[in-house]
Amino acid sequence: MKFWFLLFMLVTASFSALAVEPDERLKDPVLEARAREISKDLRCLVCQGQAIDDSNADLAKDLRVLVRKRLTAGDTDEEVRQFLKDRYGDFILLNPPVEKKTLLLWLTPAIVLGAGLIVAGVFVRKRSGQG
Amino acid sequence: MNKIPLILFAVLVVFFVVPMLKGKDPAILESVMLGKQVPEFSLPAVVKGKKGFSSKDLRATPAIVNVFSSWCMECRLEQGTLEAIGQIENIPIYGIDYKDTPEKLAPWLKEHGDPYTAIGTDTDGHVAIDWGVYGVPETFVIDAKGIIRYKYVGAVTDEVYRAIFRPLLAELRQ
Repeated sequence: MKFWFLLFMLVTASFSALAVEPDERLKDPVLEARAREISKDLRCLVCQGQAIDDSNADLAKDLRVLVRKRLTAGDTDEEVRQFLKDRYGDFILLNPPVEKKTLLLWLTPAIVLGAGLIVAGVFVRKRSGQG
Repeated sequence: MNKIPLILFAVLVVFFVVPMLKGKDPAILESVMLGKQVPEFSLPAVVKGKKGFSSKDLRATPAIVNVFSSWCMECRLEQGTLEAIGQIENIPIYGIDYKDTPEKLAPWLKEHGDPYTAIGTDTDGHVAIDWGVYGVPETFVIDAKGIIRYKYVGAVTDEVYRAIFRPLLAELRQ
């Protein structure tokens, strides 16, 4: 049993492939960690559902290198993000900022949950009324 | 009450079908560079007999800036149209040669056409990033003040010229 369980785990285990290539990494571990954090929230514009941190697209690589260059030059995390936003817009951020334009987007889950609760409430009440 | 799922379904259908019918390609992104000054840059020449260019060249007259490369398949489709635009509209067309080499570019221009007033080479692609480029080909329309007025993603075909570029360039001339 234990054997089959282990075999099952082994077969289904998956590891996310690391897109960041060794020659891209910064020597300074603190800067590199910041670069990784920023890259995880930057959209790869060619392969839109992916972050540049795990995309193998050419442009994603260029942007990863650019993020590291700017950090090395002394930019804050926010300055790096702003630099890219100035060129590619909010779309480059995987988490869109909360503002008027995106309010509906952010509130939709809460609205849907609320509507669901109301529907469920009405349903339950009806049934208990019948019983 | 039992009509609710049907109504929800109808809403979803409208939600998904309307963008499809509009023919909007979600892969094409709106540029935030529109209405801004062209970024500062200076690109060296790449082929014999043709100068490189810089942001300073884009402040005198309306101009077209085309980001292309010899390895880009779609770029072949627009060389003829770009040549025609240059002649018909009498407008300079600047080429940003994206991540390319002179050895490959020179024969490519001979084979597919050379509409360019000047070609600058962007070997590492950094200038293209300053323009907000995310693929080739991309084509920008610049007004006489050096402000980016329009960006087209994909090959500029004859249809695209007639539908978009011709009216826009006429407007810029006024």
